[in-house]
Amino acid sequence: MMSVHVVPDLMPALPELILAGMAMLLLMFGVFRGNDSTRTVSWLAVGTIAVAGFFVIVGPSDGVETFSQMFIVDQFAVFMKVLVLIGSGLAIVMSFGYIRTEGMERFEFPVLMMLATLGMLMMISSNDLMALYLGLELQSLALYVVAAFKRESLRSTEAGLKYFVLGALSSGMLLYGCSLIYGMTGATSFSALTAALSSDGDVPIGLVIGLVFLISGLAFKVSAVPFHMWTPDVYEGAPTPITAFFAVAPKVAAIALFLRVMMSPFGGLFAEWQQVIIVISIASMVLGAFAAIWQDNIKRLMAYSSIGHMGYALVGLASGTAEGMRGTIIYMTIYLVMNIGTFAVILNMKRAGNMVENINDLAGLARSKPLMALAMGIFMFSLAGIPPLAGFFAKFYVFLAAVNAELYALAVIGVLASVVGAFYYLRIIKIMYFDAPADGLDSAIVPEMRIILSVAAVFTLFFFVYPAPFLAGAQAAAQALIP
Amino acid sequence: MEVTLGHYLTVAAILFTLGIFGIFLNRKNVIIILMSIELMLLAVNINLVAFSTHLNDLVGQVFAMFVLTVAAAEAAIGLAILVVYFRNRGTIAVEDINMMKG
Repeated sequence: MMSVHVVPDLMPALPELILAGMAMLLLMFGVFRGNDSTRTVSWLAVGTIAVAGFFVIVGPSDGVETFSQMFIVDQFAVFMKVLVLIGSGLAIVMSFGYIRTEGMERFEFPVLMMLATLGMLMMISSNDLMALYLGLELQSLALYVVAAFKRESLRSTEAGLKYFVLGALSSGMLLYGCSLIYGMTGATSFSALTAALSSDGDVPIGLVIGLVFLISGLAFKVSAVPFHMWTPDVYEGAPTPITAFFAVAPKVAAIALFLRVMMSPFGGLFAEWQQVIIVISIASMVLGAFAAIWQDNIKRLMAYSSIGHMGYALVGLASGTAEGMRGTIIYMTIYLVMNIGTFAVILNMKRAGNMVENINDLAGLARSKPLMALAMGIFMFSLAGIPPLAGFFAKFYVFLAAVNAELYALAVIGVLASVVGAFYYLRIIKIMYFDAPADGLDSAIVPEMRIILSVAAVFTLFFFVYPAPFLAGAQAAAQALIP
Repeated sequence: MEVTLGHYLTVAAILFTLGIFGIFLNRKNVIIILMSIELMLLAVNINLVAFSTHLNDLVGQVFAMFVLTVAAAEAAIGLAILVVYFRNRGTIAVEDINMMKG
């Protein structure tokens, strides 16, 4: 066995170490300089995330393991980590204006976002049930706090409380699943689990129960039906830039974790878990499509939209092939860009300096702010999955994988759900372009928001011109998952 | 009577179920929900330690240590959020947490 005196190889975990170290340094910096330093701390946090992203890209990516095989870095981890870091970095940048005007400019905010990001990176790289749990909790604990960050707001604190209670419940279920899996196999390391589960023979019932608990916990984190009930309330109650953050980075990280856990240690039990994933996926797609129709609050609407999108992303996992994994990875890439863009628009929905959230406040946007309306239109068409926008290709690749895996019913239900879902996306476009204008929204839009909005819109619009690098990257990432 | 692995697992399963019911059936006080969460995590710890002795493998006990640590952090954060919520709402009855439908 390994000796306890050997210092583990730290290089594969360099981005995480940088994030952890800088988060603590910035916390000290903030404590000594007070809340005036929030803007400095925020930019330094964005800079640190960029540096961590650089080291993720140039670092090892050939399945190297460290920390007694608890931590793995492969092509898949690199791809998903870059997505998470982009999502977190942009969420912090988008929060600058908001936290100043809403009086929540406190330096802990960027630090907590960094710690949540650190947790997500550890989730993506986890190669052991313990590492999985600790990464997940580091992420969740930081997210509970940021959800309640606007502490004088009843809605925000209520969102934080609900998120905490249901998140803790899901962690408990996940943990109970982990304990049963450990008891039935005697291992927590993913490589040992793979070895223990690859031999043929009867699967003990305790293991299947443990796996179901584990899937429930993970489904909770990706907000898939039937574990979605926290999503609309938390999205509505949390401050808007934090909702933007919730909609992208934790979702990408949780889907990444879901793919890794299902494919690498439990790949041998595919027949057992495939049915569960199919049911979760169908339920999420259908609920996301129907429940959003009656929503007037745009953040609540985006919550149901994200539930639906998680259903589509899980279609790729349900097919269980490399093609399906590739589809899910591309789906999360495009989902991230579309959501960042949409939330950049939502963050600019202000009237007389106050945030407004009703979709009818968008009425007549096409006349008062044609470019923003155009960008929002692109994102809505793309979320609805209308060709040739990026969102269409996202759905195309997962449904293609489902059809090739002979899951015809799943693919057909998915397409039907996306037709129903198109209704509420198109309704927003109708409100923007054809309804009588409401009182104009404020026209000030800060440069960084303008850049984020334009880049996201251009990516969504022109993805079809040159998708090859994304496809190749996702393909390599998917191959790393399939043993 | 000899206490076997099955007995430990039964106790843990009962505690875990009590924890889940405590969260869903309780309509009075959020503090009870926090206690129920602790109950669930302790049930997991009993499971892990029982399996660890049964399998003669230390990993389960290491895992239990991590769970204990995280449970402490989780309780601290839960209470902090609860205090902030109480300042805004003036009550922590579960049925009053209804600003947003859902």
